[in-house]
Amino acid sequence: MSENYENMEFFAPGHGMCAGCAAPIIVRWILKLAGPNTIVTNATGCLEVVTTAYPRTSWRVPWLHIAFENAAAAAAGVEAATRAKGEKLNIIAFGGDGGTVDIGFQALSGMVERGHNVLYILYDNEAYMNTGIQRSGATPWGAWTTTSKVGNANPIGKMRPKKPIAKILAAHDIPYAATANPAFFQDFKKKVKKALSIEGPKFLHVLSSCTTGWRHDPSKTIEILRLATDTGLFPLYEIENGDFENMRITYKPKKFKPVEEYLKMQGRFRHLFKNPEYVKKLQRDVDEWWAKYGKYYCP
Amino acid sequence: MKVMIRGNESIAYAFKLARVQVVPAYPITPSTLVPEKISEFIANGEMKAEFVPVESEHSALSAAIGASAKGVRVGTATASQGLALMHEILFIASGMRLPIVMGIGNRALSAPINIWCDHQDMMSQRDAGWMQFYAESNQEGLDLGVMAFKIAEDERVLLPAMVGIDAFVLTHTVEPVELPEQKEVDDFLGEFVPHYVTLDPEKPATLGSFGFPEHYMEFKYGQWIAMERAKKVIDEVFSKFEEKFGRKYAKVTPEFTEDADILLVTMGSMTSTTREFVKRMRENGKKVGLVKLTVFRPFPKEELKEILKNAKVVAVLERNISFGFGGAVYAEISSALSSLKEKPKIVDFIIGLGGRDITFKSLEAALRIAERAMKEEVDEINWIDVNKEAVLKAEGLL
Amino acid sequence: MEVITRGAVIPEPGNSVENKTGTWRVFKPIIHYEKCIRCLICWQFCPEPAILKIDDEKVKKETPAPKEPLKRLPVVEIDYDYCKGCGICYNECPVNAIEFVKEEK
Ligand SMILES: Cc1ncc(C[n+]2csc(CCOP(=O)(O)OP(=O)(O)O)c2C)c(N)n1
Ligand code: SF4
Ligand code: SF4
Ligand code: SF4
Ligand SMILES: [Mg+2]
Repeated sequence: MSENYENMEFFAPGHGMCAGCAAPIIVRWILKLAGPNTIVTNATGCLEVVTTAYPRTSWRVPWLHIAFENAAAAAAGVEAATRAKGEKLNIIAFGGDGGTVDIGFQALSGMVERGHNVLYILYDNEAYMNTGIQRSGATPWGAWTTTSKVGNANPIGKMRPKKPIAKILAAHDIPYAATANPAFFQDFKKKVKKALSIEGPKFLHVLSSCTTGWRHDPSKTIEILRLATDTGLFPLYEIENGDFENMRITYKPKKFKPVEEYLKMQGRFRHLFKNPEYVKKLQRDVDEWWAKYGKYYCP
Repeated sequence: MKVMIRGNESIAYAFKLARVQVVPAYPITPSTLVPEKISEFIANGEMKAEFVPVESEHSALSAAIGASAKGVRVGTATASQGLALMHEILFIASGMRLPIVMGIGNRALSAPINIWCDHQDMMSQRDAGWMQFYAESNQEGLDLGVMAFKIAEDERVLLPAMVGIDAFVLTHTVEPVELPEQKEVDDFLGEFVPHYVTLDPEKPATLGSFGFPEHYMEFKYGQWIAMERAKKVIDEVFSKFEEKFGRKYAKVTPEFTEDADILLVTMGSMTSTTREFVKRMRENGKKVGLVKLTVFRPFPKEELKEILKNAKVVAVLERNISFGFGGAVYAEISSALSSLKEKPKIVDFIIGLGGRDITFKSLEAALRIAERAMKEEVDEINWIDVNKEAVLKAEGLL
Repeated sequence: MEVITRGAVIPEPGNSVENKTGTWRVFKPIIHYEKCIRCLICWQFCPEPAILKIDDEKVKKETPAPKEPLKRLPVVEIDYDYCKGCGICYNECPVNAIEFVKEEK
């Protein structure tokens, strides 16, 4: 990666993503860092649907969409073909949380187990947004979605915690698995570059706010994402070769913000404030996580 | 060169001779030997290809699409449950107009789980936009396998193709096969040139876009046109193949049909048994003929109409069932003949499901009904070799 | 590009620029260059992207800046053809150089 393509845009404007959606920020920068010698595969979801409405596309790199659950398998096929042709390209797969942690998980697990030289990017907006905000395995505890509704019998919303997908991928002993957040821009860039420089399967779990599904003011996208990590709710770490003992937390807030600050900015958590226990529970979860893993902070 | 090989090896040899560059595949009885053989060819250095040992058939076809979109020749193989699992992706391969070739070890679908031969797996995918070829023998499996690439990749077509070989009867049965020389196949197929837009950083294109109602139907119409054009391309490729290799193929092959009152329509390996049966019946002075259907998609309507029109009875023997109607082949033949003023009577025989043997006795039973049909009304749909009494008891009808 | 391509392929990279998504805008960001320190944060975070980074010497010199040395740096410019008015730039600008006003239609 000698050349720098940061001043070029490989993702064109005119796409149909909601104003303030974080996903295009993530995609734009990953493409800038990867450069033109890149092929993208994309799972069905918001990113795919509204960037390629025939006859218009926002992609300036070769791009392939097949279905919802197979971005990893599609990438594996592309990669095998590049090997057959003796070409060397960046193969990047983009999947939403549904397409990655749920329906596409098998294909992803298989792809990384087989060792394909693919960078898989999960842009995690924590629900099935394209079909109208249904819960996924990546939806956090306490979030309202249209299939984890809040009512008298269920005041909480989603009652199960978020699937720790980066750790699950790391447990495949792949060369690189990490979490990232575009609000922590330098850390995000560093991880993308690092992932691109490594041969073999790489997995990057990137948090991506959704104005529509998280119910927040579009101008607050980056602010909310920043809070996700500054509250400790979305920690930034990396694990190489499945070596959990040497997991590295790459950012630790000097002073953690209370989770409440993150929650109160989003409509999907509004109901949690009816019972102080709920917010406390989430705070406890965060505190426990950091008590357990905080030692891995490695500036 | 004559070799003794199993049907699965025919498919593997077809891929090797076609110089397939990527083979993503997943094991399933009875087609497992295809990926095994490919893996062996590659390990021995006899074949230069990327074998992708995917974690499912869904991923096999997804990876096949990825590789094909990247602009290489791709082959894969599966059967039954595996093909069913691919269902979603089959439509995408054809919708994207990618000339992937897939060998199918035609096997029954669950439940109950059954690993033996029938054509339900491929028949259930007839609307997926793939061309469908059914082989009678291992030689046909190999030849059709090679030809499938030429047809699928033709600029006028660009559609994926399936080549069916019957479970066990072909997949696992050793037969003598004339193995063409590599050079001859190279000549016949030519170097692989993708006549479609590929994933190329020099010309970045978007493949697999989102289609709104204002365009969607046009894409489907394009697939329709391609399938129609494939009819002629198939004939051309069949005759080029005959010129080069001396073996004759046709979408529909009539045998003993000229003066025949009753024509037995067959597909796949049952054709061989039926041919012997027809010869025997001829010896007995019965005016019976055989019509072998090799290509089911595109459906050779015109040829069938021409061949079947003078018979008194057309007896369709088929290893599939569309519940609530009857056999799929019967349905299509009936519709193909509907425009004839004087139509033969068409009778359907559901036979040999889940690997039940098709014997002379089964064929005699069918023929008896077909003979009756010349004089009187008979049932439209007839199940052959079934213990009806036991079923009626189980259903509380007896 | 033809009306219909085989397989619904889109052979023209980035032709979504023909969709002028700026029409979605309800609020409009306006950069006040005399405050802008040319940090590029708005450019970095614009999701469209609808903020251009202009490295032209003439533009760099002629665009006002709070301090003379800043004129050596690239200038940001909003492309209103595509700006959907999300307000991320306005929210993230470290020196409040971006004003966010109701769009006049
Ligand atoms: C097999 C299949 N099941 C369901 C769908 C419907 N579907 C399309 S996109 C989607 C949700 C996508 O969610 P996610 O992967 O999180 O991406 P997002 O839209 O949130 O960015 C669903 C359920 C589908 N296209 N295919
Ligand atoms: S629904 Fe959410 S994820 Fe989808 S485009 Fe809108 S903001 Fe982005
Ligand atoms: S308001 Fe949003 S879309 Fe418009 S320029 Fe600012 S960041 Fe970009
Ligand atoms: S964020 Fe503000 S200061 Fe920085 S470049 Fe943009 S307008 Fe100027
Ligand atoms: Mg999602």
